[in-house]
Amino acid sequence: MAEDNNKGRVPTVIADDVHIVYRVNTGGGGKGGATAALNRILRGKKVDEVRGVRKVHAVRGVSFTAYRGEAIGLIGSNGSGKSTLLRAIAGLLPAESGKVYTDGQPSLLGVNAALMNDLTGERNVILGGLAMGMSREQIRERYQGIVDFSGINEKGDFITLPMRTYSSGMAARLRFSIAAAKDHDVLMIDEALATGDRKFQIRSEERIRELRKEAGTVFLVSHSNKSIRDTCDRVLWLEKGELLMDGPTEEVVKAYEKETGK
Amino acid sequence: MSVPPSPDEGLTPAQLAAKYHLSVSGARPGLREYVQQLWGRRHFIMAFSSAKLAAQYSQAKLGQLWQVATPLLNALVYFLIFGLILDAGRGMDKKVYIPFLVTGIFVFTFTQSSVMAGVRAISGNLGLVRALHFPRASLPISFSLQQLQQLLYSMGVLLLIVMAFGNFPTWSWLLVIPALVLQFMFNTGLAMIMARMGSKTPDLAQLMPFIMRTWMYASGVMFSIPVMLKDKPAWIADILQWNPAAVYMDLMRFALIDGYGSENLPPHVWAAAAAWAVLFGVLGFVYFWKSEERYGRG
Repeated sequence: MAEDNNKGRVPTVIADDVHIVYRVNTGGGGKGGATAALNRILRGKKVDEVRGVRKVHAVRGVSFTAYRGEAIGLIGSNGSGKSTLLRAIAGLLPAESGKVYTDGQPSLLGVNAALMNDLTGERNVILGGLAMGMSREQIRERYQGIVDFSGINEKGDFITLPMRTYSSGMAARLRFSIAAAKDHDVLMIDEALATGDRKFQIRSEERIRELRKEAGTVFLVSHSNKSIRDTCDRVLWLEKGELLMDGPTEEVVKAYEKETGK
Repeated sequence: MSVPPSPDEGLTPAQLAAKYHLSVSGARPGLREYVQQLWGRRHFIMAFSSAKLAAQYSQAKLGQLWQVATPLLNALVYFLIFGLILDAGRGMDKKVYIPFLVTGIFVFTFTQSSVMAGVRAISGNLGLVRALHFPRASLPISFSLQQLQQLLYSMGVLLLIVMAFGNFPTWSWLLVIPALVLQFMFNTGLAMIMARMGSKTPDLAQLMPFIMRTWMYASGVMFSIPVMLKDKPAWIADILQWNPAAVYMDLMRFALIDGYGSENLPPHVWAAAAAWAVLFGVLGFVYFWKSEERYGRG
């Protein structure tokens, strides 16, 4: 990877001092029932608190430039803003201030939200594909591939049953298979490698490597330092929403491991 | 990271982005482009609405039979209370009143449920909005389509009831189609307005049932407005009759019921129906689009 980095480095994603603030409706804010909420309104505190809205500053001033052909890992403890940052890059969460520039449309590997547990696996494959922006023909072409990859039908004809009848592992496998069926320019993967049994994990890591080859740039969020080492050549370390370190995988992961005491 | 000196050194992020033709992520597309994107997602919109519809009763033993049973039971309850106990027909012939009542209920329910689904279209699907790219208007449109499909089941029931009370198919029944198209347009526009408001203020979902019920009683679902208000100043009845819900109900009744002739309709009723549809359809769409890039924030 380093050779083609030296000349003609083409940026694909530029984050310029990105801040992201979540607004959380806390339903009246704080403790207590209806009377307490009413009390707070009557006493007239700060406007935001009265409305029961709390702000969570999830990402604080992150800047970096990603180049074509890079695979970038994001590490950091739970709640450090990794997934939020990915969503901002994908343009799914508007930044409070700062800007994200991208080449084409980055996509997040994840269709979970579009799938419906009450529908059969079959219909979910179609629905998930359409939700990701595939055409009906593309889905028809890849349908068998998706089902085979998920291995859902290995234990009988499960694809024609509603998804709520699946075990959690089976559902996760189907979700990953649907999500991974599409080609992407800038691909972002949020802890998708940990799903399914050992056999499926190996298969999905293979698929991710394939996707990496097709995609311009890949972002990977993971808590497994092993899969970060296996797939990424650059790592961003986020802590409390701030970019703590940005550099080659080995350097950053070592520092991270030292910090977390592993 | 040891970066070798490159010609890009010293450029600000914005300049660098401009140099390599990068675009701002998550920016709102122009109105024309937005319509094109939406058209490109038409299959998703259709699939999403019918999936929602199918998922609705999938846990019930009777399954999709409830699509028909629910409106039927609804009509029965209203008939018991308003037809038999309160006698809200005020001298209207039962042969006219019962189809009148049932038509009103089904048509109003169409608007009502589109509005209720619209309020939650964004706020209830934040997970989806934060995970995938698609023009967000797909959601309120999808939910309105789901209500339309639901209404088509109800229409089947309605036609049976109407025929049971001695109204047989005539050419005027064809008027049902333009009336439904216009009402669908109106509903979708309204749903988009509600979706944007509901994404900012989810509390609307709690408030809307009361507003909708007020609207229902004011639109003459279970009584004829001119008959009920004949002692009051005429302008009250006029306003109520011109409101979109009343207009669409009256059109449907006029189309289906023999004993409900044009003398019961306000003048220029088709023009009013079209005007409401275009006004809300266009206004709602533009209003929704204006906030497109902000829906993920919740």
